[in-house]
Amino acid sequence: MKTAASGLAVLKEALATLDWSALLKDAVIAALVATLLALPLVGFQTYDIGGGALGIRTHFDWVATAAAAVFAGRLALRLQQRLRRGGERRGETLFARLGTWGNRRALPITLVGIAFAVALPFLPFSSRYLIDLGTTVLIYVMLGWGLNVVVGLAGLLDLGYVAFYAVGAYTFALLARDLGLTFWQALPFSGLVAASFGVILGFPVLRLRGDYLAIVTLGFGEIIRIVLLNWSPVTGGPNGISDIPRPSFFGLPFARSAPEGATTFHQFFGLEFSPAQRVTYIYFVILALALVTNLFTSRLRRLPIGRAWEALREDEVACRALGINPTNVKLSAFGIGAMLGGFAGCFFATRQGFISPESFTFIESATILAIVVLGGMGSQMGVVLAALLLVTLPEFGRAFAEFRMLIFGAAMVAIMVWRPRGLLAHREPSLRLHARRSAAL
Amino acid sequence: MTGANEVREPLLLVEHLTMRFGGLTAVHDLSFDAYSREITAIIGPNGAGKTTVFNCLTGFYKPSVGRLMMLVNGEGLLLERMDGFRIVRQAGIARTFQNMRLFAGMTVLENLIVAQHNLLMSASAFSVAGLFGLPRYRSAERAAVERARHWLDKIGLIERADWPAGALPYGAQRRLEIARALCTGPALLCLDEPAAGLNPRESAELNELLLAIRVEERIAILLIEHDMSVVMGISDHIIVLDYGRKIADGPPAAVRVDPNVIKAYLGEDELEKLPKTSAADLHIRR
Repeated sequence: MKTAASGLAVLKEALATLDWSALLKDAVIAALVATLLALPLVGFQTYDIGGGALGIRTHFDWVATAAAAVFAGRLALRLQQRLRRGGERRGETLFARLGTWGNRRALPITLVGIAFAVALPFLPFSSRYLIDLGTTVLIYVMLGWGLNVVVGLAGLLDLGYVAFYAVGAYTFALLARDLGLTFWQALPFSGLVAASFGVILGFPVLRLRGDYLAIVTLGFGEIIRIVLLNWSPVTGGPNGISDIPRPSFFGLPFARSAPEGATTFHQFFGLEFSPAQRVTYIYFVILALALVTNLFTSRLRRLPIGRAWEALREDEVACRALGINPTNVKLSAFGIGAMLGGFAGCFFATRQGFISPESFTFIESATILAIVVLGGMGSQMGVVLAALLLVTLPEFGRAFAEFRMLIFGAAMVAIMVWRPRGLLAHREPSLRLHARRSAAL
Repeated sequence: MTGANEVREPLLLVEHLTMRFGGLTAVHDLSFDAYSREITAIIGPNGAGKTTVFNCLTGFYKPSVGRLMMLVNGEGLLLERMDGFRIVRQAGIARTFQNMRLFAGMTVLENLIVAQHNLLMSASAFSVAGLFGLPRYRSAERAAVERARHWLDKIGLIERADWPAGALPYGAQRRLEIARALCTGPALLCLDEPAAGLNPRESAELNELLLAIRVEERIAILLIEHDMSVVMGISDHIIVLDYGRKIADGPPAAVRVDPNVIKAYLGEDELEKLPKTSAADLHIRR
């Protein structure tokens, strides 16, 4: 290929002009910082020497490894940056190519993805563990799509999204415990109650933007968690609420033996009882919920309300000058985002069968926000990719035991270095005047 | 430029407008009228209070004193009592900004569709009809796209309708912002320095566009401008502000030779040295 040959020439020229001493100095400094950090964190380990006393073990070899890894990584990163400066072109990295390819073939990819998700429980390599993992991924996908309305479309940085997740979960748990409602009966109420909480949060933060908004929403998330923790008579405090009913299949419960006068799922269909049936069913429930969420939000994006959200993100003053009421637009974004979080929370409660405030800490909000940001703000497909990555990466890392968070962190850094605007940062217009041209950027 | 036999109909009546920010009086006791189907220009040196007048008219500021009345179908609407975002819909006043405020990440077409938000929102029955794709909403959306296409054609951006607005060249962004304001269906279009940063050719095109808006669409224009070729070339009526006070008000020919105006732009000493200068000849620093 001609371009490859000329690219090689450019590379040679760039290599010749490199300032090696500066590069090495930079890498050495990075390695020193890594040593300083690794020494107390990795260098020493306490262990039980019997009789309740602790001994100390040193791991200076690990510190050396960390320093060497940082040295090599920093050097490689710098080299890559310098070499690209000559002929810098966007769309060179793997993910950029993946992104443009994904946008060209959005429909077939979506269909294949859905088909795979539907077939997953029946594939030969499938296991209960895999279906459980799939369920977790789908919860985060749904939460990501919900938060995407608030953060990606309306541009309102929300660090307390988990509050709505918690409100949805507790709404269902309380309705089931006190009024005996089933999952399907309680689902709309969970969404409704969470949406009202979204609007309640929306009012005081109408005038806030950016960092200030983030701080208030962060506080709101903590308020909800602390109320749940301390309002023991209602929420059970730290003990949480247990025995939350499982979802039924059109009134058919998934149980070994049916209560008086009822038929169970396996009896009705004449199947052998297996706990896997319930796990698979729960997987399909969240798959359906997530797909409805996607349909709903991508539809909204193409409606005046969705365009108003995006316009608000771009310029609030201009919105007002065009006769758009920013109050309504913000509250609708908060309300709808919260409602979707509430649905997800309701599902979470029925899946776990037990909820406590511990499930709704700030780290959950951070994970959901990371999914939206990593995926590329406003990108539906990006959320799926990021949720897959963020949920499965720590799972695959299990083999490395105590290093798995390190690997996770390194992956996050790598993504932000190479794709600062998210994995699939591409905005598809909500409507077009001309048919799409292949050369369109 | 209005025909002699045509009766001038007042559209906007500004009476005793005063705007104070703490101890600073940005606009002092300003009264003027703007007439329908006319281009009214507000000029004045930097800091004269021109943009403040605009911000009062479009609801971004609440005036300290004064009455702002817009005549809609013979009825007077008091702008100072309305919420900012209602002024477009009810009084029909649309505006552009001195330092453009486009939705840069959205496409050109989307910018024009967002401007028709209220219309589409009620057609979509607050998203319910839109969510299910009912024909009522679909036809409303089609009409909105047609209106956008009409203006895109006028400003020569139909080819680039699907570009992100931020990717357009500067002059095109200026024109797009005017088209976006027009898509709200206004009776009065307020333009805050539309020719700022344009080259002479673009500036001439802008003049043509503004005249076309006035003649073909019969929309009145209220204009803040520094570019004298724009102001003198197309205005029917010029109001000159200096330190928040009105120092002249009249047709371009009269304002051009008004000694007060020349004094405000040049200063008293220079005026004595250059007795024959007219305001239009002066190059005014932005």
